[in-house]
Amino acid sequence: MNDERISLALGEEGPDDARWAFGTGFEDPLHGIATAVPEGVEAARLAACCAALGDDALVTAQRLAEWCTDAPELEEELALANIGLDLLGQARLLYSRAGQVDGTGRDEDAFAYFRDAADFRNVRLVELPRGDFAFDMVRLLVLSAWRLALFERLAGAADPVLAAIAAKGVKELAYHRQFAAEWVVRLGDGTEESRKRTARALAEVLPWAVELARDEISAPFGADGGEASKALSDVLRQTADAAGLTLPPPAEAPAGTGRSGEHTEHLAPLVGELQSVAREHPGARW
Amino acid sequence: MVSALPGIGSAQTRAQEAAERVTDPELPMLTLADLGVLRGVEAKADGAVVVRVTPTYSGCPAMAEMRSRLAAELRAAGFHEVRVKTELQPPWTSDWISEAGRRKLAEHGIAPPGSAPPSDAGPVPLVLSPTRRVVPCPRCGSGDTEELSRFAATSCRALHRCRSCREPFEHFKEI
Repeated sequence: MNDERISLALGEEGPDDARWAFGTGFEDPLHGIATAVPEGVEAARLAACCAALGDDALVTAQRLAEWCTDAPELEEELALANIGLDLLGQARLLYSRAGQVDGTGRDEDAFAYFRDAADFRNVRLVELPRGDFAFDMVRLLVLSAWRLALFERLAGAADPVLAAIAAKGVKELAYHRQFAAEWVVRLGDGTEESRKRTARALAEVLPWAVELARDEISAPFGADGGEASKALSDVLRQTADAAGLTLPPPAEAPAGTGRSGEHTEHLAPLVGELQSVAREHPGARW
Repeated sequence: MVSALPGIGSAQTRAQEAAERVTDPELPMLTLADLGVLRGVEAKADGAVVVRVTPTYSGCPAMAEMRSRLAAELRAAGFHEVRVKTELQPPWTSDWISEAGRRKLAEHGIAPPGSAPPSDAGPVPLVLSPTRRVVPCPRCGSGDTEELSRFAATSCRALHRCRSCREPFEHFKEI
C-alpha cells in the first residue's frame, strides 16, 4: 500500500458525507501509515495478537454502550460512552493492523461485522452480561488494569504499528482504570448495600481473571499475560485496601478460554446485535 | 501585493497557510495547528501536498472530518492532489496545544490543560488519594473548583464546577 490518497471525492461531495460509522466509506483508520511487517516478526502471530486485543476492546465497548440511557447519572453515562469510544478506536486500529498483516487484506469492518461469534478470540470476562453498576465497575477495573499493563509492554513491540497503537492506548487506559478504581473505592466504602454488591461483584468477576493471567497472545511482542496479571493483582489489592474490602480467595477458573474460541453463551447474542445492521445491508452507504 | 513567482517555495507557503486555517470540528475556536494534531505540511515538486495529522484519542470520531476539511481547504487553495497521512507515533499530547490555542480555549470557557504526565516514566501509577491539581475557573478565575466527571462531551474534556461563581465548565484533560 503506497500512501494512498485521501479520497478527494469527499471534498466534492461535501463534508457532510464524512460521517464516521459503518457504511460511510471511512474504512481505514491506519490511513497512510506504513504497513510492512518488520523482519523477525511472525505475521500470523502479530495478526492473532492484534485481532484478539481488538476483540477484547470491541466486546467491552459494546457492553459499555448498553449503559446508555441506563447509568445512575448522566455524567457516568457520558464517562462509560467515552471509555467505550476509546476502546472502539483501539479496536479499529488493531483490526486494521490484523487485516494488513494476515494476508487476507480484510478491513476493520470484516473483523467487526462479518465474523461469527465462534471466530472471536476475546477473553470471556468481557462478554459476560452487564450486571449492576458495581459488577461493571469491578469488571472495568480488572480489564483496564490488565490491558494497561499489557499495552505498557506492547509499546516496545517489534512491530512499530502495534507499538504505536499501544503507546497511544496507554494514556487512555490509565484514565479508564482511574475511573473504575475510584468507583470501586466509592462503592466499597459507601453504604451497606453498595459494599455488599461490590464484594459480590469481586467474587463474581475474579474467577474470570484467571484466564487473563494465562493469556499468551501478546507474549511474542514482549507482553506476557502473567506479568500483566501481577500488575492487575497489585491494583486490586491497592483498590480493595482503599475501599476497606477483602479480596476473595483465589477461585477456580471456569474451564476453557476465550482465546481458543471457547465462549460463554453470552457472546453470540452480543455479536448478533452488533452485526445486525451490517449483515442486513452489506455494502450499504449513507 | 507582489505576487510570488509560482515555485516550490510559494506553494509550500500557500499549502502551509491553507492547512493551518482548518479548524477542529469539535472545538471550532481552535485550528488543527492550535490543537497540535497538524504535524506537518509538505508541498511536493509535482504539485501534490502531503499533510500529516495525528489523532488526539484512538477513537476520536473527528479524524475523518479533519481529513476531509484539510483536503477541501487545500483543494480550494489550488492543490489538486492532497495526501493526508495519519501518524500515531509519537502519540499526541495536550502539551502540543499552542499558547494561542490555550488562550482561545480559556476565552471560550474551557480551562486549558496543565502539563501532561511524562509518557516515558515507566508504568503509570494508580493514585487513589484525593490529590488533585487545582483547575482555575475560566470564568471567574477562582481556584475553588471541583471535578464532576473526568469524561464530558468529547473524549478530550472533563466536566468541572466552580464553587465560587457556581458555573459548570469544561477542562481540557492532560494526556
